[in-house]
Amino acid sequence: MSATLPRTRFDVVPLALVPALALAAWPLVGTSSTWLTLTVAGLAMGMIVFIVASGLTLVFGLMDVLNFGHGVFIAFGAFIATSVLGGLADWTGADSLWLNLAALLPAMLAAMALAAAVGWAFERVLVRPVYGQHLKQILITMGGMIIGEELIKAIWGPALVPLSLPAALRGVLALGDASVEKFRLLATGLGALVLVAMLYLLNRTKLGLLVRAGVQDREMVESLGYPIRRLFVGVFVAGSALAGLGGALWALYQQGVVPQIGAQLNVLIFIVIIIGGLGSTLGCLAGALLVGLLANYTGFLWPKLALFSNIGLMVLVLLWRPRGLYPVTSR
Amino acid sequence: MTLSLQGVHTHIGAYHILHGVDLEVPAGQVTMLLGRNGAGKTTTLRTIMGLWAASAGRVAFGGQDITRLGTPAIAQCGVAYVPENMGIFGDLTVRENLLLAARGARTLDDIDTQRLDWLCGLFPALRTFWLHPAGALSGGQKQMLAIARAMIEPRRLLLVDEPSKGLAPAIVQNLIAALREMKATQTTLLLVEQNFALARALGDHVAVMDNGRVVHRGSMAALVDDDALQQRLLGLSLGAHQ
Repeated sequence: MSATLPRTRFDVVPLALVPALALAAWPLVGTSSTWLTLTVAGLAMGMIVFIVASGLTLVFGLMDVLNFGHGVFIAFGAFIATSVLGGLADWTGADSLWLNLAALLPAMLAAMALAAAVGWAFERVLVRPVYGQHLKQILITMGGMIIGEELIKAIWGPALVPLSLPAALRGVLALGDASVEKFRLLATGLGALVLVAMLYLLNRTKLGLLVRAGVQDREMVESLGYPIRRLFVGVFVAGSALAGLGGALWALYQQGVVPQIGAQLNVLIFIVIIIGGLGSTLGCLAGALLVGLLANYTGFLWPKLALFSNIGLMVLVLLWRPRGLYPVTSR
Repeated sequence: MTLSLQGVHTHIGAYHILHGVDLEVPAGQVTMLLGRNGAGKTTTLRTIMGLWAASAGRVAFGGQDITRLGTPAIAQCGVAYVPENMGIFGDLTVRENLLLAARGARTLDDIDTQRLDWLCGLFPALRTFWLHPAGALSGGQKQMLAIARAMIEPRRLLLVDEPSKGLAPAIVQNLIAALREMKATQTTLLLVEQNFALARALGDHVAVMDNGRVVHRGSMAALVDDDALQQRLLGLSLGAHQ
C-alpha cells in the first residue's frame, strides 16, 4: 500500500549544521592537520555527551521529569569502570588490542549495570512520589545527586582517581600531517553504534513507537491500552545505563575521575538536550556534536570564549527554533 | 455489552464535577450524551476511561466492575476513547498512529488487511497521507484518523467526545456513515455531541446532563418529537435546526 503513497520530507537543516560548522571552522583554524585533529576530538566529545544525554532527553520527553540527578549515574558508571579496569591492569597494560578490548568490555558492562540499578532505585524511591510536581522533582533529584556524590566519596574517596588508557589505545594515529588520538576514534565509533541501536529501536520497533508516542501524549498511549508506567521505568533504567556507559567513556577521555564528574557534566547535558529539543534523539545527537565541535574549535581559536561557547550556541539555537532543533513535545 | 454508571462522583483537585451520575448505555446501540458546556459530559467519558478516578459510585461494563481499573486495563476490556482534542500523535505518521492503535499487531502486516481496506474506504484521506506526519493533517482529517484509530481493531465500546466539532458538513456526513458502520458491528457507542443534527441522525438513546448529573434519559425519538422537552432540557428546538 505504502509504495504508491507520498513520503514525508525529513528536516535536514539541523543535522547539516554539524558539517557546516566544521567547514566554517576550517579556514579559521588554518592548517588542515590541526583542523582534522580538532574535528575528531570534537566528534568524540560530542558522541560521549550524546551517549550520556540521550537517555535524559527521553526521560524528559516521555516522563516530563526534570531529573537534575542524572549526573549521579554518570559518576557511578565512571567509578565502577575505573575499579574494574584497575582490577584488570594486566590486560589493560598489555600491548594486545584484543586484551585491552577484553578489559574494556566488562568495565563498560559493569558501568551500565550499576548505573541501571542506581537508576531503578532512584526512580522508585525519589522520582515516583513526585511525578507531575516539577519543583519537587528539581529539589529531590538534586538532593539525590548530592547523596550519590557523598556515597561515592565514602566508597572511592574524595580525591581524583587517575585512569590510564589501555596500552593499545594510547597515542595517536597519523593521518597525513594530522594526529588523531586512538581512543577518540573508539569513542566516536561506540557513540555511532549507540546511535544506530537507538534509532533502530525508536523507529523500527513497536516499543520505539510507544516511546515516541509517549513523549507526545502519555494519556493517549494509556487510552490505547498500554501501561505507560512500565515504559517509564524501562526508559529511566535504560537512560541510566547509557549514562553509566557515557561516564566510563568520559573517565577514559579525561584519564581520571572525580566524585563531582556528574555535576560537571550535568550543565553540558542540559544544554545539549535543550538545543536538540526535549525528547528528540536526533536533536540530542545534533546538539551534542555541535557542542563538542564548538568547544574544541573555540578552545583552540579563542580560549577565553570557550566557556561561553555552549551557552552562546544555546541562545542562538533557541532564538532560531525556540523549542530546539527537532522539537517533539509541546512543552 | 452494556455500560452502566451508578452514583458516580468525580473530583478534580478541589472541584466536585460529577455529582452522582446514573447512566445506562445499552449494548450495541448509540447513546448520545448531551448538555450545555460545563455540564460534565467530558468528565463522564474520562471517568469511564479511568483518566480521572471516580471518588464514589460504580462503573460497570458487561457486568464487570471497572471503577478502580487503570486506563490501560479498561482499554484492554475493549473500550476505545477518542478525546475532544482527538489525541493524535502529531509527529508520528498516519501509518504509525494506526499501527500503535492495533495492540495485537507488531507490524502493519499483522493488521487485518480487510479491516484496513475498509477503514481506508471510509476515510480515503488516510491512504493519501499514509506516510505523512499526522500533525500536518487538517482538523477533519485528524478526526478521521482518530476515529479510524479507534476502529482499527474490533471494540466493544466506543467513547467519542464531540466527533463533529469544527468539521465541515460534508465530512460530518462521512463521520456519520463511519459511526453507523461501527454500530452495525454491534459495537456500543457513547457519544458526547453538541451538533443536534448528528445526534438525531445517529442516536438511539439520549442522556442529558446538567450540573454534573444526568437530568434526562430516554429514547432519541421521544426527544425529537417533543419540542417542549428539547426547549426545557437543551434550551433549543430541533425544529429550528431543520
